[in-house]
Amino acid sequence: MFEFIDVKFKDIIDLPALCIEKGKITTLVGTSGSGKTTILKLMNKMLSPTQGVILFNRTNLGLINSVTHRRQVTMLSQNPAMFEGNIRDNLQVGLKFQEKDIPGDNVLKGILEQVKLNKPLDSPVNNLSGGEKQRLALGRILLFNPEAYLLDEPSAALDDQTEEAIIEMVTGHVKDNNKTLVMVTHSKAIAAKYADTIIEIAGGRCSGRRGHDERDH
Amino acid sequence: MNGIIDLTVWQVALAYLFVLIVLFIVRIRNINREKEIILSSVRMTLQLILVGYILVYIFRYPNPLVTVGIILLMEAFAVYTIFKKFKAKLTRPFKNVITLSMAAGTLACLLYFLLAVVRVEPWYAPQYFIPIAGMIIGNSMTGISLGVKSLLEGMTTQKALVEEALNLGATPRAASRNIIDSTFDAAIMPTINSMIGMGIVFLPGMMTGQILAGAAPTTAIAYQIAIMLGILGAVALTVIIMLQLGYRTFFNKEDQLNDL
Ligand SMILES: Nc1ncnc2c1ncn2[C@@H]1O[C@H](COP(=O)(O)OP(=O)(O)OP(=O)(O)O)[C@@H](O)[C@H]1O
Ligand SMILES: [Mg+2]
Repeated sequence: MFEFIDVKFKDIIDLPALCIEKGKITTLVGTSGSGKTTILKLMNKMLSPTQGVILFNRTNLGLINSVTHRRQVTMLSQNPAMFEGNIRDNLQVGLKFQEKDIPGDNVLKGILEQVKLNKPLDSPVNNLSGGEKQRLALGRILLFNPEAYLLDEPSAALDDQTEEAIIEMVTGHVKDNNKTLVMVTHSKAIAAKYADTIIEIAGGRCSGRRGHDERDH
Repeated sequence: MNGIIDLTVWQVALAYLFVLIVLFIVRIRNINREKEIILSSVRMTLQLILVGYILVYIFRYPNPLVTVGIILLMEAFAVYTIFKKFKAKLTRPFKNVITLSMAAGTLACLLYFLLAVVRVEPWYAPQYFIPIAGMIIGNSMTGISLGVKSLLEGMTTQKALVEEALNLGATPRAASRNIIDSTFDAAIMPTINSMIGMGIVFLPGMMTGQILAGAAPTTAIAYQIAIMLGILGAVALTVIIMLQLGYRTFFNKEDQLNDL
């Protein structure tokens, strides 16, 4: 689905060749500051390479309209920002930006259940904890129907038990709907358990790639 | 009674007593501002004397080129004042937008006001053109300044939200929507507030001037109403043009936020 060819971004990223397969779960692992977030941003066109090209489904990403692309390839940022208002507003905001139909409250409540957020839709978001905000942000992108999800440490602020449940739900959702998932994670266990491919990043370069096809379902 | 009491040089000099009083107060209160007070009083006097003589000359020999030249000079000065106020914070494209919106917005309103509302003859009559241009350009300059300030602030303090919106698939326009709306508000509110207070809290300068010059208060008021609406239109139009084009200068061709 994604193919990096001689891609550089400033002096942060240097990827002569990197391939992300369609319909698979890929995790990016690596130390802090190694360039994982930057790679995800290059993939959803929040950043553009300073050199080289990225192919998306064999088309040069530089030729694809950025806004259209971001609606196809949805990224969950590492520190998602919340908009003014309550939980309902923040679940709907992305659909409004994408000029899509707004679903009813029962659908929104279903999403909250999926992300294990047990709060009324009317509660204001500024009282939510870090982990709750992270799950709300995950919920709001699950409402889209993109080709691929790019998740930047979706479970960083969560305890082990919630983390397990959330990752289980997301990977299940991705597999059931035949989507592509690229996920940055600090957890070796999660990478080992859920990834089809693990890519190690060090100093903006790819320092290792492992297939992991014998994961249990 | 018709006409106006001419002030002699000596009568004007008597008004300088006010400056002496202020200087005296400042001295005993130990506020270190004597130099500024003297300097600004003298500057104001010299500038107005100079403008007075220039206007006498221009009114005596009306010339379309001179009228147009003065309007352009006012526009240039207004734009320069805005640039100077924000210095390095303005990018080249944003500066172009400011220039374009000032020119297009004020000229459109000015021409409409003079040619359709007041219908001056000849079209370049300087005693109408110049003061009215001054009011329209001056007020638009204030409006644009407030707008630019609010837009810059919004794009800096709400950068994370704009970025998040882009990330969620918003167009740059949708991502800046809230900032654009609140900027329009900030820029136009002073004009709206001054209309609310008009005639009650203060008598506007133009009206006062006309009444002093012997015009009937009803005529002065008719002019004042028309010019206030003209100013409102000009401020709104310049700010809208500035916003419609200006927000885009914060994004690049790939719909990413530019580094500030
Ligand atoms: N737009 C940018 N311009 C210049 N430098 C940047 C930019 N964005 C990030 N960097 C730098 O690039 C490096 C990689 O950043 P990145 O956010 O991709 O790391 P990361 O692997 O996601 O780290 P973490 O695990 O801490 O989130 C860092 O040193 C960072 O300071
Ligand atoms: Mg990161």
